[in-house]
Amino acid sequence: MTESTTLTPAAPSRPDSLVIDGVALESRLIMGTGGAPSLDGLGAALVASGTSLTTVAMRRYSPAESGSLFQLLVDHGIRVLPNTAGCFTARDAVLTAELAREALETDWVKLEVIADEHTLLPDAVELVDATEQLVNRGFKVFAYTNDDPVLALRLENLGATAVMPLGSPIGTGLGILNPHNIELIVSRANVPVVLDAGIGTASDAALAMELGCDAVLLATAVTRAQNPARMGEAFKHAVIAGRLAKEAGRIPRREHALASSAMEGRAEFL
Amino acid sequence: MNITLNGAPRTVADGASITALVSEVTGRALAADGQATDGQRLGVAVAHNSEVVPRSQWHGTALADGDDVELVTAVQGG
Repeated sequence: MTESTTLTPAAPSRPDSLVIDGVALESRLIMGTGGAPSLDGLGAALVASGTSLTTVAMRRYSPAESGSLFQLLVDHGIRVLPNTAGCFTARDAVLTAELAREALETDWVKLEVIADEHTLLPDAVELVDATEQLVNRGFKVFAYTNDDPVLALRLENLGATAVMPLGSPIGTGLGILNPHNIELIVSRANVPVVLDAGIGTASDAALAMELGCDAVLLATAVTRAQNPARMGEAFKHAVIAGRLAKEAGRIPRREHALASSAMEGRAEFL
Repeated sequence: MNITLNGAPRTVADGASITALVSEVTGRALAADGQATDGQRLGVAVAHNSEVVPRSQWHGTALADGDDVELVTAVQGG
């Protein structure tokens, strides 16, 4: 290498961090970890996705388990967002959040209180109760909620740090079933809105961002893809693309065609 | 004496502290403040009879016969 020219890496062209609770997250893609067949594969997918924040579940410690997911995230500089997956009551969710705070030394929690195993839909009553308790105990609550604009506002008013409406039920890959409600939630929220659950492929994530969401959270779409790392990379770009499109301002939808070429000056053929 | 750890019976020394139990199960040496002495983060938490015990209190919390302990960590999910 000659000493005269040293190429400096280009600075990030447009820093567009998501700031939550005073923390700047470089990526607007929040990853989940459920469904990955191996820790190595998961690590590769997370790195490819460019995520800055990743959610983990809390379960009984097993000495037989090889490798530590927590250590994997620490090693990759990915911030950890513990969740209360599997909790059906506010009591269980609060206890699980307390354990997560102790184990992982963060007061951020993705609050998930589900009604039943069949739908995995949030139980609104328990969710509201748990949000109130956790906020009072000093937690930063990321509330996983239905795509209900009224409930989302309730959670915000109770002190939720972010509201996370579902696109469709967990693991279905059905995408965003009610884009109108997501837009409504976004238009009224004063806290970050994270589209969580139901994402099937990259275009779903782009749509979420186009609807005005501040970030997207997904797991299954990557961990159960045929090539998780490649899908992680696809989502990285999808979230950026959707965000750019939202900021750029899309054209209005029209009923009839609108020519983009001038009619004047056409050649005439006899 | 006998306790229940993560739903299974386990025998521990009389008057063992939570620190001793966690150290034994995880195979990590722990300081009195509940941090791992290898400098890495421990990444586990303890509920003792359904109450979360901060790691700073593990050392001073003695287990009693019949106690129920949950020891949890981060795993894939959600």
